[in-house]
Formats: sequence, C-alpha cells, structure tokens
Amino acid sequence: MNWFWLPDFGVQLLQGLGITLFVFVVSVVAGFALAIPLAVAQIKGGWIAKNCAKSFCVGFRGTPLLLQLFLIYYGVGSIFASHPWLGATAPWLIRLDAIWYVLLAFTLNFAAHEAETLRGGLLTVPHGELEAAGSFGFSSFQILFRLWLPSAVLRITPVLANDVIAQLKSTPIAFTVPVVDLMAVAHKVMQDRLLIYEPLLLVGVAYLVMSFIVLRLFSFLERLKPQIWQA
Amino acid sequence: MGSDFSEALNFLPSLQGYGSLLLLGLWRTVFIAMFSFGFGLVIGLSLAIISISSGRGLQFAIGTFTTLARALPELILILLLYYAFSDAISWGLAQLGFGHVGLDGIQTAIIVLALVSGAYSTEVFRAAIAGVPKGMVEAGESVGMGKLTCFRRIIFPVMLPMALPGLSNVWLMVVKGTSLVSIVGVTELALAAQQGASATKAYFTVYFAALILYLILALLSLRLLHHLELYLRRGQVAV
Repeated sequence: MNWFWLPDFGVQLLQGLGITLFVFVVSVVAGFALAIPLAVAQIKGGWIAKNCAKSFCVGFRGTPLLLQLFLIYYGVGSIFASHPWLGATAPWLIRLDAIWYVLLAFTLNFAAHEAETLRGGLLTVPHGELEAAGSFGFSSFQILFRLWLPSAVLRITPVLANDVIAQLKSTPIAFTVPVVDLMAVAHKVMQDRLLIYEPLLLVGVAYLVMSFIVLRLFSFLERLKPQIWQA
Repeated sequence: MGSDFSEALNFLPSLQGYGSLLLLGLWRTVFIAMFSFGFGLVIGLSLAIISISSGRGLQFAIGTFTTLARALPELILILLLYYAFSDAISWGLAQLGFGHVGLDGIQTAIIVLALVSGAYSTEVFRAAIAGVPKGMVEAGESVGMGKLTCFRRIIFPVMLPMALPGLSNVWLMVVKGTSLVSIVGVTELALAAQQGASATKAYFTVYFAALILYLILALLSLRLLHHLELYLRRGQVAV
C-alpha cells in the first residue's frame, strides 16, 4: 500500500468531494421537487398527463444512468453544434459546464425513481383524511401540501432512505463526463501515480462514510414521526 | 442475433450502419447480464441458506459481505474487483505454471457482477425464506421429511414466488450495471454506443437508439418475470 500521494492530492480530493456532495444534494432536492407533480399526475391526472408521467418514469427507470448522462451531455451538446443558430441566439447555452448536464441527468433520473416511491406513498394515505380536509374547506392545493404529501412522505421514509442512498451511490458516474468529482480525482491519481487499489479504496471509504451520515439523518427524521405511528 | 433484424436496423439511415454494432452490443449485454444474474442466484441462495442455518461467526461474515457490497457504489466495486480479480487470477495461473494468462474482459465482468448481484439476492432470499410460515415446515417434519426434502418440497417452492419481485429488481440492476463495465473496456451495449456515436458523430441518435434497446430489454424481461411469478403462484389464494 502506497499512500504518499495523499498530501499532493489532498486539496483536489476535498474539492472533488465538494462537487460530489453538490451533485448529490442538488439532484436529490430538485429531483424530489420534480417527483411531486410526476406522482400526482399519475394518480389524479387526466389520460394525457397520466401517460406522459408514466412513460417518463418507465423510460428513466428502465435504462442505465450512464447512457442517460451520455445522451444528455454528448447528444444534446451535438445538437447545439449541428444547429449554429442555437449558439447564436443563446450563447450561454453552449458554454454550459458539464456539471449542469450532470445535474440535469441525475435530477431527472432521481425524479423518475422518486415519483414511483411517492406514488406508492400517496396511495397509502387513507381517503377519509383527505375528504375530511376537503369538507373543512381546504383547497386541493392545500390538501396536497398540508396533508396528503406530508402524510405520504412520513409513511415512506424507509424507502425514501433507500432511494437517496442509491442516488448517492450513483454519483461517481459523473466522472465519465468532464466533471472533476471525487471519483475523477481518484482516477487522476490512478493514472498519474500508476496506482489502482489505494485511490479506489479511499473513495470507497468516503462513500461508506457518506452513506452512514445519510442513514443517520434519516433515522433522525424517523424520530420526528408522530408518536402514534411508531408502534 | 438474427441477421434480418440487424439489416432492418441498418436501414435506419441515421445510424449509418452502426445498428448491427449496437445489436451485437445488446447481445453481449444480455449474455453478461444472464450469466452474472444466474451465478448471482447461486451465490445468493447458498449464502442465504448458510447464513440461516449456521452459527454467529459465518452469519457475521456473510452479513459483512452483503452490507459492504450493497453500500459501496457499483462503479467503484466493479473497478476494484475488476482489477483485483484479473491480478489475482493471472497471478494464480502464473504460480501454477501457465505463464501469463489473463481472463478476458467479459469473463471478469461476469464474475464481478455475479458477486454484486449475489450480495443483493442473498438478502432477497433471506427475507423470502424467513417469510415461509413455520407451520408449513413443521407439517413437513411431522410427516417425516428430512431437512433436504423439506427444503426442496416446501421451503423452496413457497419462498420462490415471494422472492421474485425482489429478484426482478436485482435483474434490472444487473442489466443496468452491465453498462458500467464499459468503463473497463468491455464492449457491450454502452461501449458499442460510444463507439458508434463517436464514429458517426450522430451522438443523439446513436445514444437514443441504445437507450431504446435497453428499455425494450428491461420491459420484455419484466413482462417475462411477471408471467413467471403468476405461474409460480398458481393455486395460491390471491392476497
């Protein structure tokens, strides 16, 4: 085992960790926000909304994230390149860093997975609760955000924790496009210092620690549940 | 793969003749996924049985293996095991006097994915076996069935339909996981798509075609697994 490279790459590793955490947190938060309309559309939406949401979820859940990322980064990028007027009208669009494409791909992927979980949660909320709120004059918007959604989320926290951990575990895929996350720095060490195991082990331990922290956060959330549910 | 079908795809002018490469990649993906899922099932069932029927020490060891394999990102696990395995096996073969023989990429990929999916299916099988009603096993013992007969005639057929939903999740994970071995240079669908995309410059079309192939594979196999579950549950009262 050779760990002499560690001081030389310390700063880069920390920066990479920051990027990894940034991608993770943003994609989870944005993906969850996007999952709400996707899940509600599947339950309450009309024929078109229901089927659009459903096919979005099936498409993103049935294909590998790696290729989704390639389609969004290289595919969309090549469309910009082949339509020069796009670059002329919106120059900022083609100058976007790879990280924005990563965020887009990861957010859409997480939203698709989460919408499925959330849909299951929303369906388990007893109808009587929602009808009671309606009879007290809650608007359907209020019912959704004051009652239906919080109640559903509290019911699905264990599954939610699994999904979030799964999302954390897929973040190293970002290194396949030019984004310098933790995995990319480790890969650079592998190439520069002709090492294989040490950088990979370091990244592995970092991910174990991050998963552990996420699990602790969720068990904290679990304790916020109303006491009556804990039995 | 049928050549009629690949020729039909070649007619799609935008793929510029790379349709057959994609189909070859799809075939490799199916091949890798089926073998690693199959070996994973064997690993999973054996580990589940061992950990249920043995003492603390083995239980702890198996638990550590499955937890680690499920807690680490697949990409890192695949890279680590890929290098570790090719090192260990070529070292072992060299010790035995075979000279420098390495496993080829596909074989190593199958071993690695089998270990990962084995860890996941261990947990699925363990939960399913625990879900078999105790009374059934006791009934079997009371008519004089031995341990093995009891497992073969009662526990296994009752637990299998319960394990299938979990196993189809593992199968989907393996299919999607095969795309990650493209990073170590195994030419399956994801790497075939990368090659086709960079050769034709039709990035969007080629990647989109590859994604559609993955989606068809996933939907078809889920349909099959669903029918298998219905078949295994025949005669059971709907819950």
